[in-house]
Amino acid sequence: MAKKKSPKFYPGDDVKKPIKRTVVHNPTKLRASIAPGQILILLAGHFKGKRVVFIKQLASGLLLVAGPYGVNGVPIKRVNQRYVIATSEKVDVSKVDAAKFDDAYFKKPAKERFNKKSEEEFFKAGSEKKELPASYIEDNKKVDAALSAAISATPYLKEYMSTLFTLKSGDKPHEMKF
Amino acid sequence: MPFKRNIEVGRVALVNLKADKRYGKLVVIVDIVDQNRVLVAAPGVKRDVISLKRVAITDMKVECERACDEAALNAAWKAGEVESKWAASAWGKKIARQNARASLTDFERFKVALARTKRSALIKKALAA
Repeated sequence: MAKKKSPKFYPGDDVKKPIKRTVVHNPTKLRASIAPGQILILLAGHFKGKRVVFIKQLASGLLLVAGPYGVNGVPIKRVNQRYVIATSEKVDVSKVDAAKFDDAYFKKPAKERFNKKSEEEFFKAGSEKKELPASYIEDNKKVDAALSAAISATPYLKEYMSTLFTLKSGDKPHEMKF
Repeated sequence: MPFKRNIEVGRVALVNLKADKRYGKLVVIVDIVDQNRVLVAAPGVKRDVISLKRVAITDMKVECERACDEAALNAAWKAGEVESKWAASAWGKKIARQNARASLTDFERFKVALARTKRSALIKKALAA
């Protein structure tokens, strides 16, 4: 039986072996009640209570939604499906061109944190108003145009979309159908 | 004045205990076990003994024999027009309305609220004139 020869020299220091990572991140499953065009109720954040249109799911698992901006003031944005109630109402989103929206689209530019400001700049800061990129506004307008047409097709849907969702006394959300 | 609704064979009752799996269903009393329990059956409801605490007695009655078989009961149910009579009664209408309200979707609830606002505005206007 051939015996494996032990090496003549050993390295003086321990050589670190990289740990094998076998974990595969599973993609987020879209909730069964959510499909493109579904109207969702946002439950958290600045826009909580707003009814928005679901456009598509992004690679990160977040949902791409739009108010649209012209109807209820919600721009194109990403939300986690945990913070959303799916209603049974649906609109046609086939006319919306959502190919350009991905997770990279929503990435914010890195902040200049380490450049210390001079005294003058420090007191000046805040007076300048941050402006949104023109391309973002343009994209919102395009989505708006496509969605508004779909929303106007159903009577009272526009009024519904622009109204906040609230619970009144006696409402039992666990027994309600959405 | 004599009682109008008696616990008797052929009497139609409504199961009104929420915990009961037959909740909301109409059943016919087929036999009486004792003071507190009766044997009930209906098309789609399996023949079973039920406590009288779980049922509410209705005005309706069907013509059937005591402990009659399923076919006879189905025929009596049809001849007695139980379902159409129930749908026409105030009690049946109230329950149908409650069920319809409970199964509204979010958008439908919004439309109801909108209609209600419109109606109250009209009433206000009419009363003011």
